[in-house]
Amino acid sequence: MFDVLFEQAADGRRYIDWLLSGLVWTVALAFFGWWIAFVVGVVVGVGRTVSSPIVAGVARAYTELFRNIPLLVQMFLWYFVLPELLPTSMGNWIKQMPNPWGAFLPALFCLGLYTASRVAEQVRAGIEALPRGQREAATALGLSGRMAYRLVLIPQALRLIVPSLTSEVMGIYKNTSVALTIGLLELTAAARQISEATFQTFAAFGAATIIYLALALVVHQLMVAIDRSVRIPGTEGGPPRRRFLLSLRGSGA
Amino acid sequence: MDHIDFSIVLHVWPHLWQGLKFSFMLTVAAFAIGMILGTIFAIIQHLQVPVLSPIVKTYITIMRSIPLILVLFWFFFLVPIVLGYFSSSGRPIPIGPVYAAYITFGLFEAAYYSEIMRVGLRSISRGQFEAAQALALSTFQTYRFVIMPQVLRVTAPIILSQTIILFQDTSLVYVVSLTDLLGAASKIAQLNGRLIEMYVTVAIIYLLICSALSQIVTFLKKRAEPMTR
Repeated sequence: MFDVLFEQAADGRRYIDWLLSGLVWTVALAFFGWWIAFVVGVVVGVGRTVSSPIVAGVARAYTELFRNIPLLVQMFLWYFVLPELLPTSMGNWIKQMPNPWGAFLPALFCLGLYTASRVAEQVRAGIEALPRGQREAATALGLSGRMAYRLVLIPQALRLIVPSLTSEVMGIYKNTSVALTIGLLELTAAARQISEATFQTFAAFGAATIIYLALALVVHQLMVAIDRSVRIPGTEGGPPRRRFLLSLRGSGA
Repeated sequence: MDHIDFSIVLHVWPHLWQGLKFSFMLTVAAFAIGMILGTIFAIIQHLQVPVLSPIVKTYITIMRSIPLILVLFWFFFLVPIVLGYFSSSGRPIPIGPVYAAYITFGLFEAAYYSEIMRVGLRSISRGQFEAAQALALSTFQTYRFVIMPQVLRVTAPIILSQTIILFQDTSLVYVVSLTDLLGAASKIAQLNGRLIEMYVTVAIIYLLICSALSQIVTFLKKRAEPMTR
């Protein structure tokens, strides 16, 4: 069934090389996008729990904005609209970026900042799940607000939310496929190209599906391993079930 | 780029409205199919029905592991073939992209709704099942009158959250050239070159609708808390 993948394509490479190069873009986008999402997500998530109304308001506005606009629309805003709104010289520089970077970079920022808003919600839930006493004890020890977050609250919250972050990591590698709409030849786009070039739709989509399943397995095992190594002893199963149930959200794309 | 002029949106509003109506229709259809199938899937897993239970589990795992866009490509290719297989002629039946989209989104969302229901079912205490059994209710009656009403109450906020995501995900029908809200805006933008106005307008429309729905989620969560405490 997959014989066609080893045939030579019009550009001299084999079709399987198209798939593998698509896989590289998918993984690169998910990996680097995740670090943007994680760093921004922690900052925004912490911002939502601080007492300053301005910081909390800005953080809230960020999550509302990025979570309530579809990823595909955000992708178009980054790719089509942003270069027009920037000063002309800068906009032209972006538009003239050579392929595939011209599509990769907008997709990277789009995906990273979108996922950040979802990570932020998990971080906030993690910090709020901590017992009050943690913050009070930190204050009693004379830690400043900043120190309390850095040394006491954030480390514990992050260890607590690893299981719920798993679904966000699963989300980001699936969402990389949205980048095909702005012309990035990632895995799904590569599969479609093979299907169009060879009419072997079963083989092309089947191979892509198997690769995605393998990715899901790797991501899942990785997160389980991380959870096992950082889990706070005595908190089997993470935060209380009720909170987990209420914060459980799937991601479609 | 010359000056930005949002009055253009008023001229093309009827087209955008048409697109938005399709987005809503697709959301409602996918919600209905997804909830019915998802509930059935969850109960099959909960009762650990032999043969069916592992099949359902595999289906859900696969659906949740691959991107919706790939699922769309799969189903737009497969649905006519499968329907043809069951018809008398045995030839692929073209059913039109709109119905293919309903079926695809419905079957895809079923996997997500079913996971929500499964977690909800787990949260119901054993005593509820035992009490229903003591009252001599049949399995169907137990789920219909005792278990599911409680599950729906507990999971209502999560179901609505997932439906907001579903509504946002309907924009992905763009990849199969259907005219939803985003599709309409993109087609108009290609005709009149007003990319900025069209895409920003679409973003604002989605933002308003989804923010309003998120407020309801917050309300439902607050209502559910004292009960589960």
